[in-house]
Amino acid sequence: MGFFLETLLGGLMAGMLYSLVALGFVLIYKASGVFNFAQGAMVLFAALAMARFAEWVPLWTGITDNRLVTTSIAFILAGVVMFLVAWTVERLVLRHLVNQEGTTLLMATLGIAYLLDGVGQSIFGSDIYKIDIGMPKEPIMAFESTFPGGILINKEDLIAAAIAAGLVILLTLFFQKTSTGRALRAVADDHQAAQSIGIPLDRIWVVVWCVAGVVALVAGMIWGSKLGVQFTLSTVAMRALPVVILGGLTSVPGAILGGLIIGVGEKLSEVFLGPYVGGGIEIWFAYVLALIVLLFRPQGLFGEKIIDRV
Amino acid sequence: MTIRKLTLAIALVAGAVSALVPTASFAQAKEQFFPVLPYRSGAYAPNGVPWANGYVDYLKLINARDGGINGVKISFEECDTAYATDRGVECYERLKGKASGAIFQPLSTGITFALTEKAPNDKNALITGGYGRSESSDGGVFKWNFPLMGTYWSGADILMQHITAKEGGNMKGKKIALVYHDSPYGKEPIILLQERAKMQGFDLTLLPVTAPGIEQKATWLQIRQNRPDYVLLWGWGVMNSAALKEAVATGYPREKMYGVWWSAGEPDVKDIGEAAKGYSGLVATGEGGAVIDDIKKFVHAKGQGTGPMEEVSTVLYNRGMVSAALGVEAVRRAQERFGKGKVMDGEQIRWGLENLAVDAKRLKALKLDSVMKPISTTCVDHEGSRSARVHTWDGKKWQYASDWIEADTSIIKPLVRQYADKYAAEKKLTRRDAQDCQT
Amino acid sequence: MFYRENGQFKTSYRADQQIFGITQDRVGVLLLIAFAFIGVPFLADEYMFRAILVPFLILSLAALGVNILVGYCGQISLGSGAFMAVGAYAAFNFFVRVDGMPVVLAILLGGVFSTLVGIFFGVPSLRVKGLYLAVATLAAQFFCDWAFLRITWFTNDSASGTASVSDLQVLGFAITTPLAKYLFCLSFLVVFGLLAKNLVRGAIGREWMAIRDMDVAAAVIGIRPMYAKLSAFAVSSFIVGVAGALWAFVYLGSWEPAAFSVDRSFQLLFMVILGGMGSVMGSFFGAAFIVVLPIAINQFLPVLGHLFGFNVDTAALTHAEFIVFGALIVWFLIVEPHGLARLWSVGKQKMRIWPFPH
Repeated sequence: MGFFLETLLGGLMAGMLYSLVALGFVLIYKASGVFNFAQGAMVLFAALAMARFAEWVPLWTGITDNRLVTTSIAFILAGVVMFLVAWTVERLVLRHLVNQEGTTLLMATLGIAYLLDGVGQSIFGSDIYKIDIGMPKEPIMAFESTFPGGILINKEDLIAAAIAAGLVILLTLFFQKTSTGRALRAVADDHQAAQSIGIPLDRIWVVVWCVAGVVALVAGMIWGSKLGVQFTLSTVAMRALPVVILGGLTSVPGAILGGLIIGVGEKLSEVFLGPYVGGGIEIWFAYVLALIVLLFRPQGLFGEKIIDRV
Repeated sequence: MTIRKLTLAIALVAGAVSALVPTASFAQAKEQFFPVLPYRSGAYAPNGVPWANGYVDYLKLINARDGGINGVKISFEECDTAYATDRGVECYERLKGKASGAIFQPLSTGITFALTEKAPNDKNALITGGYGRSESSDGGVFKWNFPLMGTYWSGADILMQHITAKEGGNMKGKKIALVYHDSPYGKEPIILLQERAKMQGFDLTLLPVTAPGIEQKATWLQIRQNRPDYVLLWGWGVMNSAALKEAVATGYPREKMYGVWWSAGEPDVKDIGEAAKGYSGLVATGEGGAVIDDIKKFVHAKGQGTGPMEEVSTVLYNRGMVSAALGVEAVRRAQERFGKGKVMDGEQIRWGLENLAVDAKRLKALKLDSVMKPISTTCVDHEGSRSARVHTWDGKKWQYASDWIEADTSIIKPLVRQYADKYAAEKKLTRRDAQDCQT
Repeated sequence: MFYRENGQFKTSYRADQQIFGITQDRVGVLLLIAFAFIGVPFLADEYMFRAILVPFLILSLAALGVNILVGYCGQISLGSGAFMAVGAYAAFNFFVRVDGMPVVLAILLGGVFSTLVGIFFGVPSLRVKGLYLAVATLAAQFFCDWAFLRITWFTNDSASGTASVSDLQVLGFAITTPLAKYLFCLSFLVVFGLLAKNLVRGAIGREWMAIRDMDVAAAVIGIRPMYAKLSAFAVSSFIVGVAGALWAFVYLGSWEPAAFSVDRSFQLLFMVILGGMGSVMGSFFGAAFIVVLPIAINQFLPVLGHLFGFNVDTAALTHAEFIVFGALIVWFLIVEPHGLARLWSVGKQKMRIWPFPH
């Protein structure tokens, strides 16, 4: 029983980490109707930027003893870098693809993903880099009296989950309560219509991609702190895709709930079903789980119903 | 409209120009060509780069210090494979035309499998030092494969010997978990471990990690439930450090973890530092010694170093360097029979690889005596030597924790024979006879 | 002036229904096929065959299959790598387990199994649309990745989990030389290309295109969506499965499941979209572009670097590949979203009215 609870908790935590990445997808889709396949590359790019700046800032500024200050400066610098990425993407790519069909935009984001991968590795390198934000690495064993061996609680994951939850609340408020949020939703509905009523498309897109970039930075920071920053970090996006479609492409709370469900499903299946079939099933189990939910709700749990007009 | 025309024009020009892609041309007649198939990008780059740097640095050293192999200069060319089989095959096809026979070292079990089919037809030898197919140490079937200095079965055997010694010789009832990269590379040791489990009576749990192995929470939760006495790590690239980080996060003592020689290098533990203290692994090379000083003097001091100076003499760097040294020695041996000072072709190089006789005296002359053990290959034994040491991470560097351990051939030989025969039956090959061994 | 249809009258329905109605087109295509079969063997060297032509032929066959599903029927699929894998492993099992099985038959049977798997994983398309379907097909991809690693029966219980074939021969001709491999793949491509062209011109092709353009309207006028979508999955998976078997047997020789990973699926999708969705010619253009580009960059950048006096190392080359690839994709999409095939047809249209501008 104790082990079941432990796996459940581990799954919930892993799910929150996936939602962090999924949030980026949902943001850009919700606000511009583009499915951003480059989100994984953005997470990697942001994490690389932060990791390398954290190394270089002490060299540039001479502050070698205060880790908090240098890491904060690195975070801010990485944020600026993501803003530049957003601005470049809007200027060079999105502006020319206004009102094109979905597949064209999808392919454009795939192209951007390759670009970011290549540029990131050229500038920052392909080694494994460290992000140290002072996260506690040792686990807590709780309830040692009730269950033999206690239940493993990972402090790092808990903090990450809290950050993810905070981000979600912020973003939901942003979309619902502010005028920029409303403008974003209008743009997602129909680019040309939004343009015709005076919403400045180019600025909106820069805002969207910038916010998605900052979300990618936070996700990259947390994943990087947990696992180290290297090229494979961009494959985390593949793990977050089932979360996105389970929760619905247009729903921010859906990203969280989807993440929790997928995380729990993955870990429980791997730990309890896995040994019977030789193991290694968690990736496809997540996708199959999402697929089964889609069969009942083709737009995901909280997504907008797809209305086809003939 | 103008942009359209421009695009059409450029597309046509690009199409025409790429049709003129320069095809391979033979190397200078007086140079021995060494192709290099590293991966300097992608998921496995952190481990592939030091190996490649060691390899290339040694080739440069032979040119700079010795003027080549008996006067024949070495030329080399790199082609990045990114650990992908199809890119590896393309690189092989591109580079093989540059010489009439060369040694290929793909540093990837997947690419090795693909090249095992192709290389014999093209008369190119494959050195798969410390990786590749374990059964290819049987030279009677695998004429062109040379898993020098230890295969995965030897490595697994050495680890088990060390662990058995730690347990006072009795492994009955103990639990061992193998956390492995879910690929042919990771699956290699399973057969030997299962054989040993039967013999010694321990419990073997197999825990595959889907490549590239960045998320291992479920695996380590299972280990926490299972509570094995030892965990063997058979990973590559990011999977190694991710495994150690998860071990820290789930509180599994690192002292009970043992990695194969590809899971116990500096990139795997560097950024974990203190938390990985106690983690041990195999290492098939020794201290750098005199040859490292030479490399620093003749290569790095002249600004010709392939990588940063800090990397020189790390575990993976040494491994790459030794792999290059074995190739160079094979060519030198071939020259002894077929003509000193001449460029060797594929068949001759293969003979050289099959008749390596690098004893302690020779190693001292080559200044490699502290890095590797003597190795000698024969027609039926393409492995040459099968010993390694265990080293442990102390938080800052690797410290040797055991003497050289030799793998137990009484267990391995029958397995090699069995699987080599199976391969021969599948491919309808006949085992080489004594006469063929003379060529 | 040269490309006019002036004076070409069709006097029978049969003549009117030809694939290549214009004589110049017909002659051109026949010349191209003759050149491919007879001319190229004399002009190309071994490296061209092994590293460029054979992968190009096999991948354009796969891209053709994917184009049928994605371009003609509008179902975005990211599981093509898995279908290639099914074709390869099924063909392998038939070849190795059944004594005396001819290679061609084994490859075709591999395609048949791929069809069955394709139909199974195509069932969600009846309920799920668009991007959701794309991600759902990834379930097929990852499941097949796992199945071929874990279930050792598929790899004939080999110790390492790799499968390998060698010594292929067709009717006594060995398929071991590069030329033989090239001709073998070319024959498959020509036959399947003809099949595909005829399919998309016919009733079923029109059904697919109707579903792609507006599936609700198509259902209203009486096209059965289930039949159309599943047949698209079936035909596409068959062709992709055959291509997978060829990739494994002819190009790689010895392979592991990673050869058909999700990167391969993305690569095929790139080929289709860059080449032109909904166009048979487009599959070939896209495949040529994607096969040749990395090699061209690898060969030319060092030369370019030397011209400007700096040394390009191998890591930088690979990164440059990524950068150039990504930049080219984005540029192409901005300039011509309908792909290379559209450029080709624009070119042809210009040829028709040359020397007049319009």
